[in-house]
Parts: sequence; structure tokens; C-alpha cells
Amino acid sequence: MSDTGTVGEPLALAGAALAAVARPPARGFWRRAVRHPSFAFGGVLVALLLATALLSLLWTPWPPTEIDVPSKLKPPSAQHWLGTDSLGRDIASLLIAGSQASIAVGVIAVGIGIVFGVSLGLLAAARRGWVEELVMRFADFTFAFPALLSAIMLAALAGPGLVTSTIAIGIFNVPVFARIARAAANAVWSRDFVLASRACGRNAWHITFAHVLPNIASGLVVQATIQFATAILAEAALSYLGLGTQPPQPSWGRMLNEAQTLMYQAPQLAIWPGLAIALSVLGLNLMGDGLRDLLDPRLARRR
Amino acid sequence: MPTAPTSPLLQVEGLRVALPGPQGPLPALRGIDLAIERGATVGLIGESGCGKSMTALAIMGLLPEGAHVEGSIRLEGRELVGLDDQAYGELRGQRLAMIFQEPMTALNPLHTIGDQVAETLRVHRAISRRDARAEALGLLERVQLPQARQRLDAYPHQLSGGQRQRVMIAAALACGPDLLVADEPTTALDVTVQREILDLIAQLVASSRMALLLISHDLGVMARCVEHVLVMYGGSVVESGPTGEVFERLSHPYTRGLFGARPHLGAGRGHRLATIPGRVPELADVPSGCPFADRCAFVVDACRAAFPPAIPVGPGHAARCIRVDTVVRSPLP
Amino acid sequence: MLAASAVIFTVLDVLPGNAAELKLGVDATPEAIAALRHQLGLDRPAIERYGAWLAGAAHGDLGRSVAYDVPVGALILERLQVTLPLAVMAMALTTVIALALGIYAASRHNQPGDLGVMALSQLGIALPNFWFGILLILLFSVKLHWFSAGGFPGWDEGVWAGLKALVLPAAALAAVQAAILARITRSAVLDVLREDFVRTARAKGLSPRQTLWRHVLRNAFVPVLTVMGLQFANLIAGTVVIENVFSLPGLGRLVFQAIANRDLLVVRNVVMLLAASVIVINFIVDVLYAVIDPRLKLHAT
Repeated sequence: MSDTGTVGEPLALAGAALAAVARPPARGFWRRAVRHPSFAFGGVLVALLLATALLSLLWTPWPPTEIDVPSKLKPPSAQHWLGTDSLGRDIASLLIAGSQASIAVGVIAVGIGIVFGVSLGLLAAARRGWVEELVMRFADFTFAFPALLSAIMLAALAGPGLVTSTIAIGIFNVPVFARIARAAANAVWSRDFVLASRACGRNAWHITFAHVLPNIASGLVVQATIQFATAILAEAALSYLGLGTQPPQPSWGRMLNEAQTLMYQAPQLAIWPGLAIALSVLGLNLMGDGLRDLLDPRLARRR
Repeated sequence: MPTAPTSPLLQVEGLRVALPGPQGPLPALRGIDLAIERGATVGLIGESGCGKSMTALAIMGLLPEGAHVEGSIRLEGRELVGLDDQAYGELRGQRLAMIFQEPMTALNPLHTIGDQVAETLRVHRAISRRDARAEALGLLERVQLPQARQRLDAYPHQLSGGQRQRVMIAAALACGPDLLVADEPTTALDVTVQREILDLIAQLVASSRMALLLISHDLGVMARCVEHVLVMYGGSVVESGPTGEVFERLSHPYTRGLFGARPHLGAGRGHRLATIPGRVPELADVPSGCPFADRCAFVVDACRAAFPPAIPVGPGHAARCIRVDTVVRSPLP
Repeated sequence: MLAASAVIFTVLDVLPGNAAELKLGVDATPEAIAALRHQLGLDRPAIERYGAWLAGAAHGDLGRSVAYDVPVGALILERLQVTLPLAVMAMALTTVIALALGIYAASRHNQPGDLGVMALSQLGIALPNFWFGILLILLFSVKLHWFSAGGFPGWDEGVWAGLKALVLPAAALAAVQAAILARITRSAVLDVLREDFVRTARAKGLSPRQTLWRHVLRNAFVPVLTVMGLQFANLIAGTVVIENVFSLPGLGRLVFQAIANRDLLVVRNVVMLLAASVIVINFIVDVLYAVIDPRLKLHAT
């Protein structure tokens, strides 16, 4: 019942919550994880994606933006592993470098969604009443707009570019996380141990950070991987339409757009970027599904 | 009391059922023998997990996927074990009917009462919707469902538990089956309603000369409703005989324990409820030899060596215990 | 819905750049710009413009498009002729494929058939729909010459020709949606199969197939319907992209072009229409719930 200061306690709790959320999962988790087919396969694909992005920061076979018109539209060879595009740029390098945009968008957009969405969701669950109504109306309302359409609108109005499209996608992650966080938080709030905590006089801040957040964390992680996948798809669609990543920054979506114009001359150009997108999304989805199974507390207890 | 040994309606011999388990098949039923005559009432009693429901499902051919069945189940001489599903489907509803424990979930919430009762008729007979509906009304009246006519078009959630169970009974009786299997039909109902439903079942069984296999864990229900009772434990029948005699003699230690564990009204203060020590074993942990050995007050080493044979205790009455004589003579708990 | 219109108006009219400027081009004199603004009514206060828009909409007058200089209403109707059939085709394809695959997978639970469908659906979900569209074009158009690579001949050429042009786009849209819906269908059917009343039906003597048709499907439809309603919004988003892939003169492409041309009046009206349709569809879904599930009728009154 004592108060260690209006600022001090929440901060301390936030720290404790982060520590609780970030703690290593139950013993044997990694062992089970590796054996889980969905997680393992997805994990490999995601690892590949991350490795590619990291690699691209250091090295690519050719500088991705180097234009070499005389060598345009060459088929795959020892020099250009996947051939070249209409401006003579090396496809393989573009592909590798394109991963940067995808990952950046994924991380930031999901980050925005989590930070704002989870906060709103936690707030709604903690306060209930009109606050909850307001937050949920806002979330429902945003769902009524097809997300991509609104992202297109925003991206077009504020000017196309990686930053605006990332923010637009991020904005549409907020209601997703708000909804999930609120539903999960409500479930925790109604549990007996929270009731006990309240009976001891703990305030809502404390309960939220010390109890609710760690318990909903696993669900959020699963959702985050799925939203990451959605973000990659959205960025690709926006770039395809010309509203996302702008040249010279390589982007898989834009590569597909260029490939489409050359459909008759060089059909193979359309394959690689799409494959990259599909595999990344597939990997993330599989990993998310695997995580959902692995983090399910019922399954954990059964061991 | 059934006398002349005509061929029984249902004859089960050496029924064994194994269910798939994480480390290989687990025996759920370990050699069940039972016989039901036409029009007879038989009960299966035991705690949860003893295999009573499994026996009923085996008779109906509704065991879960992957279940392995051995032994014999004969309906008027016709072998049911190994029967293909289509043939079994023709028997279910027409010759064999079953009602279940939870009337709330056993009825489809999206179909009307009338449709669900008429369904049995329409599956087995070439009958028009209108005729089926008329018959359904008759059936609902027979099970004494109040306001049957209005209720034909009602939905399950609009009825109470007892009323829903009446509907289930009506649907089961629709084609006039020879055997009604009732799996804990009143366990989920209020006490006052329980008695009504049991009386109803008894009445219907008597008036249509239908055989009844009643499954319950409730001694009182058994005493009231069935002429013949089988006590089950750990997947086997440990005692069987006429209800009155079984309940009076208490020849098997487990039966004894069941009776001893009933609370008595009027018992003095401080009177401790006699319980059977230990717990019902999991499917995988049932000991070889007598399944009750680990919890039995009369156990000797020979008990664990082999599964006890059925020792006759009286006419039509047998118990699987090698120490029956001692048990019968010892004082009641 | 009123709130939706208010938000749309704010975002598209009050916030962004000056439409008059854009139309006249960079070199226009300030007087010309001011004159056009006055003509378009852009110099009136925001509230007044909002009111005028709503009033106009109620009368079917949605104003004139700045870029195309035709009445917006007519423009929308013209584009709807492409988008509506496309959406319907895509939805129909999705439903048929998804229900068939979902039920098939559920009936072969944990067997190769089930696993195959699950794997296929995972791939389907991961597929960017515009890439799939391009691949379809590559295969069926460039290689096989069965379909055109895009464009729409117009309904005047005959219904068949029009439909033919919509087949590939509808397929591209349907692929991802069907994958998602198939999974939902499968798990809904599996859930219902576990219910007690399925056992009751079997005890009455119904065959597995009869049980499936009479009991399982109707009960499983409720969650499936929910997802179908939600998917409508995705479908709309999808049409924007797919119409661009196949160069179809539909609403989606109109929005895109209008945004590029800063023709905000068009954008505003189209977005409003789309948002309204999403709301209407969700409402219809709610009504259908009450029809299917009698338990909900009590609450619907």
C-alpha cells in the first residue's frame, strides 16, 4: 500500500515487466522448438532472411544500384548469378539488398503497432468503462477501412516513400495489437491471482506490468511474427504500386513492377522477387504458428 | 426374474477393447461377459474410468477411431464385432438405441426439436416429412413432454435439462428398438427431475418390452431401476447378479467398498465416511491379476498372480474374487 | 458511418495539397488559381463544404471530378461495372474452393489429404496476390495465349469476353483468400465434429456423410461466415492492387489514378463508397447469423 513516488514505481515496474517478458523461456523450450516442424522450417527461412539482410549491409556480388546498360537483360551466368535487369543491374544483388527494406518496414511497423497498440489495449483492460469503449470503437472503426487502401491513401497524400509507407503500415498495426492485448489482458484480469493482488491493495499500474504484461507476452510475440509477415506483404504491394520504397533503394515489390513491363522479353525476372517475398512471409507464418504451439501453456505443462 | 434360457437378445463374450495410446495400445476393456434377455433390465455400475461407457459404445459400434476390438457381441445371434459401418448404421436407431449423459450438448442447437425426433424415422424409413412430424408429436407426448405440439418447432436452448432428456428419449424410441442403452441419463439433471426421468424410462421399457442397459455410478438408481446388475472396475466385470442379491450379499470387496462409501442420513456425529483407499488406476497402470488388488482390504499374494475367475455365489450370481467366502462373512463396513 | 465520412472528408479535403494548383499546373498565376478555387468552392469554410458534400450525395450528385472533368457519380458507376463482377467472381471462387478444401481436410484429419491441404494453404497465404497475378499472366497469357495479359474489352463486346477478362484477376484474388478461408473451414468443421450431437446423430443411425451434411456443416458455418465477412475488406484492398496488375478499368484503379492526380473529390467519394460497402456487408453478416443460429434471434430483437 505504500507509494514509492508517482514516477518511481511505474518505472520500476516497467523495468521488472520487461525483465519478466525477456526472461529465457522454460527449460527445454529450445529443444522442443527445434523439433517442432513448423517452427524449425519457418525458423530456417527467417534466419535466411535475416542473414541475407545482414549480409547485404556488408557485401553484395555487385553494387545493387550500379547501372550498366550495355549488359542489360542478360540471362544467368557465372558473373551475374541471376542475370541482369533492364538497366543492367545485377538481379542477385538487388534481391539481396531488397531484404533490407522488407525487414526495416517489418520491424518498425510492428514496433509502432506494439508500442501504441499494446499500450492502448492494456489501458482499455485496466480502466474498462468508457475508456475501453472508446479504444474499442476506435479499433473497430479502423478495421472498417481496408488497411491497404488507407495505407495507399496516406502514402499518396504524404508523398510516396519508405518512411511514409512504413508509418502507414504501422498505424494499421495499432488496432490489431490493441484488440489482442485487450482481449488477453481482460482474461488475465479476471484470474484469481489478480484478484488476490487487488485485495492486497496493488494499484492498476502494478498489476498491469507485473502480472498482465508477462502473461500476455507470448500471445503478442506470436501476433508480432504474423504482423511482420503482413507488413512485408504490404510494403511489397505499396512498392509495386510505386508508393513505397523509391529508387534507387532496392525493393522486391518494385522489382516485380519492372518485371511486369518486361513480361514478354524477360519473363524470368518476375520469378525471383516474388519468390523472395513469398518465402519470407512463409517463414514468418510458419514460425508464428510454431511459436503459438510451443508457447501454449497447456502444452508446456503436459510435459 | 428371467427363467427359460432362450437365446438372449444381446450376448457379449470376452469383449476386449484397446485404445491407441502415446506408447502403444492401452487396454480399456479386459474381457467383458454379459447377457441381456428380451425385455430385461441390466445395469452397469462403477466409478468413472471403469469402462462402463466404453462397453456401451462398443455395443453400439461407436468407439473412437483407432480402437481395437476383440471378442464377440451378438445381437440375436448376429455377430456385431467387425461389422461394417453401413450395416451397423442400419441397426443403430432401429434395433439399438442410445441416450447420453448431457442433454444440453447432445442435441443440435440449430435444429428444431421436431426435426431431431423425426430424424431417426426419416433415416430408417421411407416416410414423408409430414408423417414423420406427426409421429414425432406422438412420441413427444409419449415421453410426457409438456406442450408437445408447440415444442415441435422449438429449439433445444428453449427447453430445460429434463425436457431435453425427454426429447432424447423420444428420438431414441422412434423406431421401436429392441435395446435401449442409457449412459448416465440422469447424472446431469436436478435431483427432482432425475426421478421423473427414471420413472419414465422404466415405464417405457415395460410397456414396449424393450431391453434396457442402464449405466450409472449411482447405487440408488440401480436399486430402483434394474433387475440385474454388473459391477465394473478397471475394465472388467468384478461381480454380476440379480440386483437385490448383489446389493445384499456384497460378495466382492469393491462392491462392499461402494456401499460403505455412501453417506448415511442419521449417522451419528463424528461418523467417518468409509472410503476405499487409493485411487482408480489410469488405463496404463491397471495391475495384472485382480485389478482391485492394490486397494483391497482382503488382498493376498495369490490375488496379484492371476485374474480371478468368476466364482458362483448364488443362482445367476458370481463374483471375481478368490476370497469370496471370507468377504461375505466379514462384517459390513 | 457518419463518423467515417467525417474522417474521410478531413483527411482528403482539409489536409492535403491544393487541387486547384495542381490542375492548372505550376505556372498558373495566383489569380487563376484563386479563380478556380472559387469555382470549385474550395475557398468556403470546411464545415460548409462538408455539408454540401453530404447534401449533394443524398441527391446523387457527387460533384465533378477535377482531373477528368466528368461527374463523379457517372465515373463511379462506370467503374463499378468492372469491379462488382470481379469482386463477386472472386468471392464465389474463394468460397467454393475454400469450403471444398476445408471439408476435405477435416474429413481426412491427420492423414496425407489433410496435411496436403494445410501445406497448400500455408503457401497460399504467403503468396503476394499481385505476384500470383503476374505468374498467372506469364503462364496463361504469355506462354499459353489462353487469356489476354490485361485490360478489359467492355461489356459491349459480349458477356463472355468480359468474363474471360476477369477470370485471371479473380483467380489471383481468390488464391490467398481461399487459403485463409480453407483453414478456418477446416478447424470449424473439426470443432463441430467433436461435439456431442454428432455422436447422437451417429447413434440414431446416420451415416458419416449424412451426419456431415445435416449436422456438421450448418453448425460450422457460423465461424466461417464471420471470416468471410471480415475478408470482404481484404477483398477490396486486393482489388486495388489486382486491377492495377491487370490494367482493369475498375474502382480500385480509379482510386489509384485519382490519388496520383490529386483528384481528391473522386478519392473521397470512392473511399466513402468502399467503406460504406464494408459496413453494409458486416451488417448483412450479422443478419445472416440470426437466420442461421436460432439462439441469436433472441438478442437480435
